[in-house]
Amino acid sequence: MTACGLAILGVLVLIVYQLVSRSSLSWHAFGFKFFASSEWDPVNEQFGALPFIYGTLVSSFLALAIAVPLAVGVAVFTTEMCPAALRGGLSFFVELLAAIPSVIYGLWALFVLVPLLSAYVQPFLAKTMGWTGLFTGPPYGIGMLAAGVVLAIMIVPIISSITREVLLVVPQHQREGVLALGATRWEMIWVGVLRNARAGIVGGIILGLGRALGETMAVTMVIGNRPEIAKSLFAPGYTMASVLANEFSEATGDTYLSALIEIGLALFVVTIIVNALAQLLVWTVTRGQPARGHA
Amino acid sequence: MPESAGRIPVPRGMPSISLRRRITDRLMTGVAVLTVLLVLTPLIAIFGYLIYRGVVSINWAFLTQTPKPVGEPGGGMANSIVGSVYILGIASIIGVPFGIGAGIYLAEFGRNRFGSVVRFTADVLNGVPSIVTGIVGYSIVVLYQRHFSALAGGVALAIMMVPTITRTTEEMLLLVPQAMREAAYGLGVPRWRTTLSITLRTATAGIITGVMLAFARVAGETAPLLFTAFGNQFWSLRYDQPMAALPLQIYVYANSPYDDWHRQAWAGAFVLIVLIVTAVAAVRYVVRRGTFGAA
Repeated sequence: MTACGLAILGVLVLIVYQLVSRSSLSWHAFGFKFFASSEWDPVNEQFGALPFIYGTLVSSFLALAIAVPLAVGVAVFTTEMCPAALRGGLSFFVELLAAIPSVIYGLWALFVLVPLLSAYVQPFLAKTMGWTGLFTGPPYGIGMLAAGVVLAIMIVPIISSITREVLLVVPQHQREGVLALGATRWEMIWVGVLRNARAGIVGGIILGLGRALGETMAVTMVIGNRPEIAKSLFAPGYTMASVLANEFSEATGDTYLSALIEIGLALFVVTIIVNALAQLLVWTVTRGQPARGHA
Repeated sequence: MPESAGRIPVPRGMPSISLRRRITDRLMTGVAVLTVLLVLTPLIAIFGYLIYRGVVSINWAFLTQTPKPVGEPGGGMANSIVGSVYILGIASIIGVPFGIGAGIYLAEFGRNRFGSVVRFTADVLNGVPSIVTGIVGYSIVVLYQRHFSALAGGVALAIMMVPTITRTTEEMLLLVPQAMREAAYGLGVPRWRTTLSITLRTATAGIITGVMLAFARVAGETAPLLFTAFGNQFWSLRYDQPMAALPLQIYVYANSPYDDWHRQAWAGAFVLIVLIVTAVAAVRYVVRRGTFGAA
């Protein structure tokens, strides 16, 4: 049994070893410039990962901006407001969102969401908020905005289920105390519940971010896959995960493959840090909770 | 406990509460309801489209034939469905014993520093992007075999299954009352025997739940298979050859320019979601009945 426990550590070590050793070629060739250059030219073997890093960050944070208010709202509704009869069913449906495979999100987004965006949402955004420079250019539908929206739908269940868990740990007497002072229900939630659960909610958000950073299929199908840095959210982009999905099996030449694996390594390191941070935050809040408690 | 949060009597319409505060309260309740509706909309839309586009596209040919060459209508995904099951089988053979073993270790012998390290590693592994697992499968299997193979896909999926199984196994074993272990020790049963025939047997249903959850989670994974199992237009039941998989085929068909292939992508997605939802629903049913923790 200890061997199996060791195997878990072994898997992590194996992943790190493989990624590091197989990307060394690219590391020696480009060094830190790899992450600062935006030139991606497989023919001349010049590789820079900046457009992918940019695309990953922008699509993920766009997703967070959309998903966080929604997820927290859902969690607050299911724990504090909704009638007990609805509670189980509602959280089941939200969890169901998490069970849908990424490729099906991509399929749906490609054939349903993207046409909707290009016909209605993008013209509207361009007309009302075009002056910001974020919503300009031809409304193709496919692009950074579509990727952000799909990612948002995908990470809502993660953030909301963790937020819900954290809200349930807030002691009941906090709520009663605030209510006894004459607060309305909303004031009770704001002062007595959300404020107490802050750290855990942030943990859930960061966990959602971790998922969004590494998400591959759905994003690859709608982001447009062009290694360019554009200010407009209508423009196509490219993420670290989707360049791997598209080019890995066709990569010719050792440097090309090595450069792709280095992108994988960077993605791995970032998501590991993000996830570890989130785990620590959630653990500090839910410590001593019976579900995870020690028998 | 916190579960009763919704039942606090809210002092509505108390004269001391100002109009502004009452309006804020109502407004925020409305916002919370709105977020729930906004989150449920895509869920309903996705399932609606899967049924609307998917069900009508399923026919006998789809379930029994292999893909036709480009441009020729007809054909099906029989080889992909079988391939998916095959690859998942390989993943389970590799992943399930390790996952359960590590879970037993954590629950029965992991009350120490090393146990916490393993626990944390498992949680972190859970967040590794699936595309990175694909790279690992590629570099430890494909590079040695010198071509893509079902085995590599199985290894990549197994790496994704282990942490989920480990953590649920641990949780389920911790639910087994300490008194049962003590009763066995009291009869002079050695520790390993107690674990094997008392603790493990009591928690069987719960552990199966965990395995099914992990299974459902990787069943729809596409990214780790892109450059491991790779996909195949023909029948293949050899572990060392490229093999078709349902999610891969959906991805390829969705990105194709042919209407007939789009139709088949929807049909494939429907089959996939039916498989996964059945698994998740079965798991919920078992958990509801509270089969684990028999004492």
